[in-house]
Amino acid sequence: MPSTLAARFKSLRQIPAKPREVPLSWSRIALIAGLVLAVTLPFVVKNFVIFQLTMVLIYAIAILGLNMLTGFNGQFSLGHSAFYAIGAYTTAILMEIYGFDFYLTIPVAALICFAFGFLFGLPALRLEAIYLALATFALAAATPQILKSTPLSPWTGGVQGIYVLKPDPPFGLPVNSDQWLYFLTLGIGLVLAVIARNLIDSRSGRAIIAIRDNPIAARAMGVDIALYKTLVFGVSALYAGIAGSLSAVVVQFVAPDSFTFVLAIALFVGLVIGGVGSIPGAVIGGLFLVFVPNFAEEISKGLAGAVYGAILILVIYAMPSGAAGLVRMLVAKLAGRSR
Amino acid sequence: MELFIHQVLAGLATGGIYACIALAIVMIYQAIHHLNLAQGEMAMFSTFVAWQLIEWGMPYWAAFVLTLVLSFAAGVAIERIVFRPLHNAPVLSHIVVFIALFSIFNSAAGFIWDFTIKSFPSPFGSQPLFEGAPVSAHDTGMFGVTFVLLILLFLFFRFTRVGLAMRAAAVNPESARLVGIRVGWMVALGWGMAAAIGAVAGMLIAPVVFLEPNMMLSILLYGFAGAVVGGLTSPAGAVVGGFIVGVVENLAGSFIPYIGQELKLTIALALIVAVLMVRPSGLFGSRLVSRV
Repeated sequence: MPSTLAARFKSLRQIPAKPREVPLSWSRIALIAGLVLAVTLPFVVKNFVIFQLTMVLIYAIAILGLNMLTGFNGQFSLGHSAFYAIGAYTTAILMEIYGFDFYLTIPVAALICFAFGFLFGLPALRLEAIYLALATFALAAATPQILKSTPLSPWTGGVQGIYVLKPDPPFGLPVNSDQWLYFLTLGIGLVLAVIARNLIDSRSGRAIIAIRDNPIAARAMGVDIALYKTLVFGVSALYAGIAGSLSAVVVQFVAPDSFTFVLAIALFVGLVIGGVGSIPGAVIGGLFLVFVPNFAEEISKGLAGAVYGAILILVIYAMPSGAAGLVRMLVAKLAGRSR
Repeated sequence: MELFIHQVLAGLATGGIYACIALAIVMIYQAIHHLNLAQGEMAMFSTFVAWQLIEWGMPYWAAFVLTLVLSFAAGVAIERIVFRPLHNAPVLSHIVVFIALFSIFNSAAGFIWDFTIKSFPSPFGSQPLFEGAPVSAHDTGMFGVTFVLLILLFLFFRFTRVGLAMRAAAVNPESARLVGIRVGWMVALGWGMAAAIGAVAGMLIAPVVFLEPNMMLSILLYGFAGAVVGGLTSPAGAVVGGFIVGVVENLAGSFIPYIGQELKLTIALALIVAVLMVRPSGLFGSRLVSRV
């Protein structure tokens, strides 16, 4: 008899190790068009929209991290809000209490989150899918309480949180601070996306995917499962931490109640909507997280949650494997017709 | 020492609530092999329905039974309408649909019955069980109902054909279908039962925590904790786990100085992770062994 848990999650394993190749020219055209759009948008829209777009990119970075863990390595996490919070608080505390420069706090936040993620990955090694989901969920639920607790409040500011000042654009660039933060986030996001793609395409990436698809076979091939799993947990937390660190200055405020399990669940929803195991899908996930709740609220104030839920269900009906799955399917259909 | 005993008893009283919801979680896990994140909100919605029926002048027990029937029907309907078309979708998409249901029930309850706190009647009365007792008659009644429910469920799954068919459908759907079990309907039945058990839990809990759309948030979390500590494959383990979580939470709150009160939840959750380290399938859960 096959393990029932393994059978439940078989569907996760059916994600192709390498997504069906979108014809290169088309994917390149889409990428360039997307980049041109991303660069021109902040010059034509209002500051508030720039803020929203920056948040889209920040969520996309966090979703990308979650994707490395869940999409490529097959480990569940409903607790990435914790790493996001650690990143945000690291930046806020270093800037406001110790007077660090904002740009220096990003690598510090990344390293601290990597360490936390790596350490959390150690107990996670022993847990099967559903238990890991719950353990990480517990982490997300406990985070706000820990941040509020008295022993930490000299640094975290307790329930009050910490106000953070936006950095001004450097070198006298002809942009305002919202635009500057947008471009900074865009740049960091692109670098992280390239790193993620190269990591997944490398020897290590194949080991990471092999662990997801068949851990026993991977071990037989000589893959050090414990090492790779904990490292991926660390890298994934690092991405979430960088996203959190950027969010601290973009929102200009950190408080425990911004980092509840609702955020963790939102990141998870973004991951699935964008497409599990797809790097560009993260942006779609980010767009969904920022704009759909606003849209739901516009339709009905009182029933915003219900509208959001209904949209979510309809989206899952329309694309059960997320936006990336839909694109893959359409490409397969078109390619099939032209032959 | 007296404080200790008192705190343990008080912990058992809240533990009873967690045990109730942990039992509902484990039952649906056995029937459909999913952890339903919307379980708590479904229970909350059922409790509101019962409250509405009582407000309309229906006697308590009539409202109780009618709510169970309605919840069962709603559970079956959700499976048939929402999940049936998605049975081939990846499991992660299912979890997103659970999240969507959570959001829908929470928002709809707030919209229909608003967010003010309502009191819910107890069939057992809220007076202490006897003069000076730390547990109330309602707490005792709640234990009683939980235990009766546990025994009934055990008998159902162990000794009836339908119960056996449901277990088979959950453990090995392909083989179950080959021996003539209608797997789809077994899953729907599981949903209906889980919704009804959730409704019982909700109606038992509501007199203690009061009725409002967010009443289940933290309880569900502790319920999950209880279910995991006990082991997701063992209904009795879930009940014991619920009591353990209640007692630990209470003792940590009163005996660990300085941080105990503030970090009650964190300590209870650290307990889960600690238990899982030593016994990855919970205290009473059975380990799944797979052939390669």
